[in-house]
Amino acid sequence: MTGVLPVALEDATKVVHALLGSGKEYVCVMRLHQDVPEDRVRTVLGEFQGKIFQRPPIRASVKRQVRVRKIYALDVLEVDGRNVLFRVGCEAGTYIRKLCHDVGEVLGSGAHMHELRRTRSGPFTETADIVTLHDVVYLHSEWQKTQDLDILRKFVMPMEKALGLLPKIVVRDSAVDALCHGAHLTAPGVVSVDTGIEPRTETCVYTLKGEAITLATATMETQEILRKSHGVVARNNRVLMPRGTYPKLWHTKQEAQAPVKD
Amino acid sequence: MLSSIPPPWTAKREHLAKSEAETDPAYGCRPDERPYPDMLRFGVINLDKPPGPSSHEVAAWIRRLLGVKQAGHGGTLEA
Repeated sequence: MTGVLPVALEDATKVVHALLGSGKEYVCVMRLHQDVPEDRVRTVLGEFQGKIFQRPPIRASVKRQVRVRKIYALDVLEVDGRNVLFRVGCEAGTYIRKLCHDVGEVLGSGAHMHELRRTRSGPFTETADIVTLHDVVYLHSEWQKTQDLDILRKFVMPMEKALGLLPKIVVRDSAVDALCHGAHLTAPGVVSVDTGIEPRTETCVYTLKGEAITLATATMETQEILRKSHGVVARNNRVLMPRGTYPKLWHTKQEAQAPVKD
Repeated sequence: MLSSIPPPWTAKREHLAKSEAETDPAYGCRPDERPYPDMLRFGVINLDKPPGPSSHEVAAWIRRLLGVKQAGHGGTLEA
């Protein structure tokens, strides 16, 4: 098994955008091409923590220019002869195959990635709610027999799970449909907000029921969002909720100017 | 000494109230209570990918099995 691969269905495929840029964690077996003392292997791997330079490998899906990638942690779990087992937490777009190669260059021995398993993709980990294809086939047939939705819910999670690491902004019902139509989020609609939001932070905007409405880029920090009484606080990026889910409580210019009937 | 960067998944956030509001139960639905087929339409599967088939192939199998119109994977697992 090669690990955590979140699969999003239908309308939820839009959340993939948020997952692609999220942090990853892997467990990797690296194979050295020559014998190297264990303490030296550990020291050199330790040096690959923090910000590293990396040129994507030849077989890569991005332009091959040197990029800076953040390595949050790199822990050696076991060294057995030329096999080195380690866990690495890294920024999206880090190539572990290339990391192993580069470690081999620094050691002077040469090295390659032998095995890789992803243990985290953003909020998804291998410990909670993970299912194999066999589980999916089995649970799906059980559901078809019984029509018990709880069986489907064992492996199909709400798309909100995929957005769990983004800072949250909760809005009142009256703001929801305008957001679904692509409007930016303005201060009066905000009910509550997460700490740690800065200008340009990617956030997710929710209803009071906890449904994700849209992905939005904050234009100011948390405290300012709390203080403001008017004006745009987050710019709409990607609408997740279909229009008309909540009632339309805003007016077009024409409607606003029309004479009031009684 | 190299500076250590905390991973984004360990960030701790507080949630602060700005105003009070109630939600009308007539509209929308709590995510964990979505009825069928909305629960599929707005659903995500945390799949343990088998080695061999590509991420794309695996997503296509899921799509056909569940009879949904579309399924996309979050990031290719290169191995």
